[in-house]
Amino acid sequence: MQTVWENHKLTIIAVVALIIAVLSTLFVVSEEEQVVILRGGEPVTVVNRFKPDQGFGSTGAGVWYRIPLLDNVVRIDKRVMDLEMTDQQVLSSDQQRLLVNAYARFRIIDPVRMVQRAQTTENLRRQLEPILNSVLRQELGRRTFQAMLTAERGTAMTNIRNNLDRQAREYGAQVIDVRIMRTDLPEGTPLESAFRRMETDREREAATIRAEGERDARIIRAEADASAARTYAQSFGQDPQFYDFYRAMQSYDATFAQREDGAESNFILSPDNEYLRQFRGRR
Amino acid sequence: MAGKSPWGGNPGDGENNEGSGDQPPSDKPKGPKNPWLPPSSGDDRRSANIEDIFKNRGPEGPRRGGPGGPNFRLPKRPGGKSWFPVFVVGLVSLGLLTTMVHQVEAGEEGVVKTLGSYSRTLQPGIKVTMPWPLETVQIENVQNVRQLTFPADGEEKLILTGDQNLVNLSYIIRFNIKDLSNFKFQLAEPIETVREVAEAAMRASVAEKTLDETFSGQGRAEIEERVRTRMQAILDAYRAGIQVQGVEIDKTDPPTRVVEAFKDVSAAEQDADAARNRARAYAQRVLNLASGEAEAFDRVYQEYRLAPEVTRQRLYYETMERILSQTDKTIVEADGVTPYLPLPEIQRRARSSSATPAAPAEGQ
Repeated sequence: MQTVWENHKLTIIAVVALIIAVLSTLFVVSEEEQVVILRGGEPVTVVNRFKPDQGFGSTGAGVWYRIPLLDNVVRIDKRVMDLEMTDQQVLSSDQQRLLVNAYARFRIIDPVRMVQRAQTTENLRRQLEPILNSVLRQELGRRTFQAMLTAERGTAMTNIRNNLDRQAREYGAQVIDVRIMRTDLPEGTPLESAFRRMETDREREAATIRAEGERDARIIRAEADASAARTYAQSFGQDPQFYDFYRAMQSYDATFAQREDGAESNFILSPDNEYLRQFRGRR
Repeated sequence: MAGKSPWGGNPGDGENNEGSGDQPPSDKPKGPKNPWLPPSSGDDRRSANIEDIFKNRGPEGPRRGGPGGPNFRLPKRPGGKSWFPVFVVGLVSLGLLTTMVHQVEAGEEGVVKTLGSYSRTLQPGIKVTMPWPLETVQIENVQNVRQLTFPADGEEKLILTGDQNLVNLSYIIRFNIKDLSNFKFQLAEPIETVREVAEAAMRASVAEKTLDETFSGQGRAEIEERVRTRMQAILDAYRAGIQVQGVEIDKTDPPTRVVEAFKDVSAAEQDADAARNRARAYAQRVLNLASGEAEAFDRVYQEYRLAPEVTRQRLYYETMERILSQTDKTIVEADGVTPYLPLPEIQRRARSSSATPAAPAEGQ
């Protein structure tokens, strides 16, 4: 080893220097990033810029070079990114408040413009978020509360996307999609009144159900009574006169029988009474 | 390997001089000292980072003291040669081995990037690629069905329904990766995207239903299906490389604030049923009584028809017997005789109990 070093000192140093030079010149551009090379703050080259309908593996990703110490490599995400917002209170055209939260998906299609206008993705997000907020407010505020809830059905989301997209392109970004993630009633009066309405709705429903139950019960009873009357009529109608007699006998039984509470009946019978007919003997 | 001196050790004389092992590559009359090398302690298991090595070797690079104490000596190697080449070779081959040979398990796939550019997807098995930094491999399970639970924090999350009511709804999204290269390269945050798409799809689908529909099994099934198709359409539009396997609504409840009112509806249903049942019991009683009485009359009447006069007489006498045997009777015999009513007797009874002087018996 010692001898190797002694004899090839220069060679070794040269090789090492070469390796260092190569490594500081070449760099790898990955599939998921685009690269802008800045020379003295001015963009000179773009590597692996996003193009639609490019299959992975056939993009500009790969090894690229720079001039060491002179060129500055800025790496920018090539993938679809997420722009989130904080909840926004939107007033509908029928004066109802709604807290809306949406997201936008965007990607950077012009990395040079993006580096010049916004420098970093974070900055870009900071620029776009207020735009998204105001576009959303404008577009939804033109609609009734009910239409806000079903914003996907109409042109609202398309309009919002197009508006945001138009402004995002100023920064070299393209907006792919905007979606409403949440629609909530604001705390306080709107939420309370919704709860109250739900409660009274249910109270009304409960009252209706109970009333229906009562009504059904009445009908069931009446039907039974009617049906019983029919049964009686069919049976007793066979001979009304006999029924009169038969029922009278039952009635006497029920009325004059010795009752447990000691109430007693007193009869004063006339000799003409039918019951005593035989009592008087044959005449 | 990082931080090791690439200049060789002493030429085989076995003299391990103490030194930093970090001689600058300058013309020095004496050879560099042999760097004492520590026993590998996971140091060589880390894949070497070329950048690190050269950063420290550059002309302005920082000097780094070799690891280990200044008095540390390695035992001599048989043959008296330096340990250094052995370590270098060992580290390099270990690095090559770990970055060249990849085991892709069943259900997994791996994306290979050649110098940053996507080249191919590895299927399960033992696969060999070019070593780092020429090729890198990322392995992901594509068959495992992953789950996302909403709401994530388990708190009450109210969603507005189409009739502007609120429903407390929790659900699960199951998905897997259907195209690994898209999953890796198309979206910056694929899982986060699935989560947000799911929320948006669920919100939109619930807004198309009334509150009562969300409570019904059929309504829930429809929402699940709508969410699944919506999500799949959105994710496909993003080319996310994700397959939504299923959406399951776990529960749909009224908000806790108004749950009492909803319970009262159930109670009302119970009450209504109870009222109906009581009425049915009454009906049963009335109908049975009627059919019983009718049956009894029919029986008697059949007998009566066989011998009307006699039966009638018999019934009459039997009834009178029953009645008059249990009551006081006074018979007034002769015409024109003022009937004597034993009033004191009656009054005496009236004192003990309420007596009923009865009129001559009358039918109904």
